[in-house]
Amino acid sequence: MNQNLIDYTLHLADTTLILAQRNSEWCGHGPILEQDIAITNISLDLIGQSRNFYQYAAALINLPITIGTANNPADLATEDSLAYLRTEREFKNLLLVEQPNVDWGQTILRQFYFSVYQLYLFQQLQNCKDEQLAAIATKALKEITYHVRWSSEWVIRLGDGTAESHQRMLAAIEELKNYTGEFFIAAGYETPMGIDFALLKQQWEEKTKAVFEEATLPYPEKTFNQSGGKTGTHTEHLGYILAEMQYLQRTYPGAEW
Amino acid sequence: MKTYNTKYFYGDYGEIETGGPATQQSQAEWPLWEVFIRSKQGLDHKHAGSLHAADAQMAIENARDVYTRRMEGVSLWVVESKYIHASNPDEAESLYEPANDKVYRHPTFYELPDEVGHM
Amino acid sequence: MQLQDLEKIFQDKIDKEIKIEPKDWMPDAYRKTNIRQISQHAHSEVVGMLPEGNWISRAPSLKRKAILIAKVQDEAGHGLYLYSSAETLGTSRDEMLEQLLSGKAKYSSIFNYPTLTWADMGAVGWLVDGAAILNQVMLCRTSYGPYARAMVRICKEESFHQRQGFETLLVLSKGTDEQKAMCQDAINRWWWPSLMMFGPRDSESTNSDQSVKWKIKRKTNDELRQQFIDMIAEQVKVLGMTLPDDKLKWNEERKHYDFGEIDWDEFWAVVKGNGPCNKQRLDARKKAHADGAWVREAALAHAAKKKNRQLQKVA
Repeated sequence: MNQNLIDYTLHLADTTLILAQRNSEWCGHGPILEQDIAITNISLDLIGQSRNFYQYAAALINLPITIGTANNPADLATEDSLAYLRTEREFKNLLLVEQPNVDWGQTILRQFYFSVYQLYLFQQLQNCKDEQLAAIATKALKEITYHVRWSSEWVIRLGDGTAESHQRMLAAIEELKNYTGEFFIAAGYETPMGIDFALLKQQWEEKTKAVFEEATLPYPEKTFNQSGGKTGTHTEHLGYILAEMQYLQRTYPGAEW
Repeated sequence: MKTYNTKYFYGDYGEIETGGPATQQSQAEWPLWEVFIRSKQGLDHKHAGSLHAADAQMAIENARDVYTRRMEGVSLWVVESKYIHASNPDEAESLYEPANDKVYRHPTFYELPDEVGHM
Repeated sequence: MQLQDLEKIFQDKIDKEIKIEPKDWMPDAYRKTNIRQISQHAHSEVVGMLPEGNWISRAPSLKRKAILIAKVQDEAGHGLYLYSSAETLGTSRDEMLEQLLSGKAKYSSIFNYPTLTWADMGAVGWLVDGAAILNQVMLCRTSYGPYARAMVRICKEESFHQRQGFETLLVLSKGTDEQKAMCQDAINRWWWPSLMMFGPRDSESTNSDQSVKWKIKRKTNDELRQQFIDMIAEQVKVLGMTLPDDKLKWNEERKHYDFGEIDWDEFWAVVKGNGPCNKQRLDARKKAHADGAWVREAALAHAAKKKNRQLQKVA
């Protein structure tokens, strides 16, 4: 069993799921119907990606259990057992994606930071030696390209828009600035994946700088990088997200939905 | 003055006179755009509906998110609704009915012998 | 042309099933009725996102979560199509929203009931969407063109909503004892409110129903309600559940199900604003609108700046 590959796949699954969960909080509460629909679309894209990753992780986990030797099918991992029955310390998502929505500005900036990172990461994963991960990445890239476009335009709109929107973007930058460094700090299981983190960081900074410039926003000075999400040490927010998300599965163990 | 439709039914829940002013003065609204979708290569763009957007770029994206969630299209046009000029229905008779008696514009007007085959 | 001539031409068109289009002459009352009905229908879709949105974060599987999000998102789309068709009658979406948020415009009372358990997602889909679809199918043939077209689009998208609701309940009905109880409880709570969705009995209406003459509405409340009951009374058997009405019984003579009396006091109480969630629903919409104000302003300001910059470049 390739534990690194499993952990890495779970990291990708958890990250996309938690961001989907956060974005879906907007459903029914967006600033205007058209954008309610837009952010919900992104949420659906991310859930789709996370399901692909969870299903692959489940297949990897179940691999050593040869058919017929598993006495109880309930012992097999599934996308739902992985999403709904793992704990705060087992979740491997990035810290950025568990941060609260706060307002449209922070939601946009969080999405922008993540989508740009995901774009360049998945471009590398497309050529990853694991065919399945490469295939999932290739499929997701079309969606991600759109997410980058959509979130970039909103960062520009809000940065350049009114005094208030500019101010709110400054607040969002301040709030999220310590949660992007983690992107580029490799966890143990990431090392064998052959990701060029230096290149990733360079591409990410170039793109975010260009958009910030157009948005008339100051590029944040890095002071400190919060990290630990990739290995299960989270901010306090994650526990609440999981408590809510997993409630039915935890309350009625083994039930089918 | 007759009172119409005081009846309560689906989608029309009657008028009530209560209720105070809204929480805030409404700000300027995003302009309205008309959306046209080409459902597949080779077909014309067809009017699909409308939506609000702050600018053309956003209108395209909103149209994508609102009107193509079920693979309805391969190409989109948007045009701000205020730029659409429409013919006046009062003039419909003078504009379109003269075409009614020009049957010679239609192929079935011409009777050809069967031997000619499909033409 | 004299007013009565215009009215006659208009009614002739309606009688001949010719759709009325935005720029056609129409009686003021027809315009007003359509604006009110379409905008209230739109409000219902948008407020209707809230009770189901309540369970998105807690959906019990990833598949259910995706389905629920897609469904609630569809409702946003439906609200949008409907607002757009009302806008063709010369009212703005902002004006309509203002009416909703001030409490002047109404929306379907059904959304003033709370969604208490996961089974409510099934019951809402099956019963509430089921009741709505009967109305919506009828409205696909309504006389005002843009409304009818919006309804056709909505009905196409809506077709999966009721099915997924029923399937959600079907899974529960085959599940653990707790799930079965959850399923029956949800049906018990949503049955009567969904019957109320069709409005008061026809006999309660003292006014001549102009809407039927204008073919805005094409079936009476009681006709639609009976159609709904006949359908659900059969489907509930598949679930192995019961409907909470001991008077519900097939009437061989009428070829319809007989049913018990609706609690009209409750109906009017909810309509008048005293339902369990009237306040929460409106507060949620007000908050979303107020919180979004700076976003909408910023987008307009940016669009204006961008336009100016382009103009300067050209000059």
